[in-house]
Amino acid sequence: MKDIIQVKNISFNYSGQPLLFDGLSLDVHEGEWLALIGQNGSGKSTLARLIDGLNVLKKGQIFVDGLLVSDQNVFDIRNKIGMVFQNPEDQFVGATVEDDVAFGLENRQIDREKMHQLVKTSLENVNMWEFRDRIPANLSGGQKQRVAIAGIVALSPKIIILDEATSMLDPQGRQDILDLVRQLKEKNHLTVISITHDIDEAASADRVIVINKGQKIDEDIPGKIFSNTEQLARIGLDAPYTAQLIAALKRRHFDLDKEYLDREGLIAWIKQLVSTK
Amino acid sequence: MTNFLFGRYLPGNSWIHQMSPQSKLLLSFYFVIVIFFANNLVSYGVLALLIIVVILLSGVSITFFLKGIRPLIWLIIFTVGLQILFSSGGTILWQWGPFSITNLSLINGGFIFIRFLLIIMISTVLTLTTTPLAIADGVQTILKPLKRVHFPVDTLALMLSIALRFVPTLMDEMETILNAQRSRGVDFGSGSLTHRVKAAVPLLVPLFTGAINHAENLSTAMEARGFTDSEHRSKYRIYRWQLKDTLSWIVFLVAGGLVLYLRK
Repeated sequence: MKDIIQVKNISFNYSGQPLLFDGLSLDVHEGEWLALIGQNGSGKSTLARLIDGLNVLKKGQIFVDGLLVSDQNVFDIRNKIGMVFQNPEDQFVGATVEDDVAFGLENRQIDREKMHQLVKTSLENVNMWEFRDRIPANLSGGQKQRVAIAGIVALSPKIIILDEATSMLDPQGRQDILDLVRQLKEKNHLTVISITHDIDEAASADRVIVINKGQKIDEDIPGKIFSNTEQLARIGLDAPYTAQLIAALKRRHFDLDKEYLDREGLIAWIKQLVSTK
Repeated sequence: MTNFLFGRYLPGNSWIHQMSPQSKLLLSFYFVIVIFFANNLVSYGVLALLIIVVILLSGVSITFFLKGIRPLIWLIIFTVGLQILFSSGGTILWQWGPFSITNLSLINGGFIFIRFLLIIMISTVLTLTTTPLAIADGVQTILKPLKRVHFPVDTLALMLSIALRFVPTLMDEMETILNAQRSRGVDFGSGSLTHRVKAAVPLLVPLFTGAINHAENLSTAMEARGFTDSEHRSKYRIYRWQLKDTLSWIVFLVAGGLVLYLRK
């Protein structure tokens, strides 16, 4: 599979601070849902900003869809990447829902008729068209994130980066946003990078990369990552509940041949276990 | 406070609502200038008639409108009262120390009262029928000629609309901080003036830090969404000059001419 993002041997630090990344490399495959997990300050959000050209690299290179992230290419890169940030309030630029979705289109000098069309279809995509006249103060956090996603979808990017986009939402809102992004990903063949400390969110990814102190510690399918509960604990991350339960069962010599199961899978396995006894 | 109308927007679809914001802004400005040309009852009568028609066309009932601006009338009466007491000229009707009421000051006071009232009425109609965003857009359209002298008109308009967009957000945050400080025992409502000013400091500091954080995050988000500068952008909303605007201008210009003809 093609690598849509290649991070090659990058070094970066914020001015006056020690190196956050020193020779970090990783790849993002086209069409996958990649979860980047790690503790606060591990550098995962910074990595997203570097990919989007919002911060400038010290050393190394990042390629996005074949383009080198540099001052010359930065606007082409941003046409390919849509970012949803953590705080719903801080990415709402427009005075109303409609105006906010139009903001990115206005920046790209799309003509008005096309813009109105795109705003409508993207708001319909996220089920927010009937809220088009609302001001942000009259929207919930989840609704604001939907608007942010509509603003991104309107620009038809190839990659969506969720920078802890669901961390300020309630569980229901979180699930709604993730379902929405998944649905859009399938429909528009997107690549999704989700930066998160929500382990359950990461558990539903295609692949997980664990970052700690600017280093890539591990990369694998979620099942493998979460079965390694000791490693997760060492870097201060909780394993998903099911993984913890499996680890506990294994310690008590229940033989489970699978590395990791989601909730339904685990329930089925336990039922089977109980019925065979 | 709930039926106080000055500076508020009421959604609607009236004749005035449908006019373009730039012409509403300019018309209000023009109206204020004409007010200063009126100097007798007939000319004020023309303007009063015009403003009544305007209020009716804005879809707001006259009684509701008058009730809405009533709190401001006390302010006007106070100003006019001072004006009457301190101005001189004409025959003195009443005198007490430095204060005097003359027949001329009474007439002048009456006219000033009408002027104030008319100005407040036209500006209330403007804000009642125009969203803050539309006003920002109107300002942008009006100031467009200044682009030639490299005045950053678009940047100004974008700043204005972002500022307006953040007003409710910051109000919410202020409420939260207020409650947080109250729960720690800060008393905002009583005590001496210095005490109250001091109590405002723990309110303002977090509010400002919050605002600066918002600004920083917002600028990142804007950049990520492809913002480079405010000059090279297309516009989602446009307020075209319409027939309604032309007709309104004709009526206002005729009224202005009448005032000039009827004044002493």
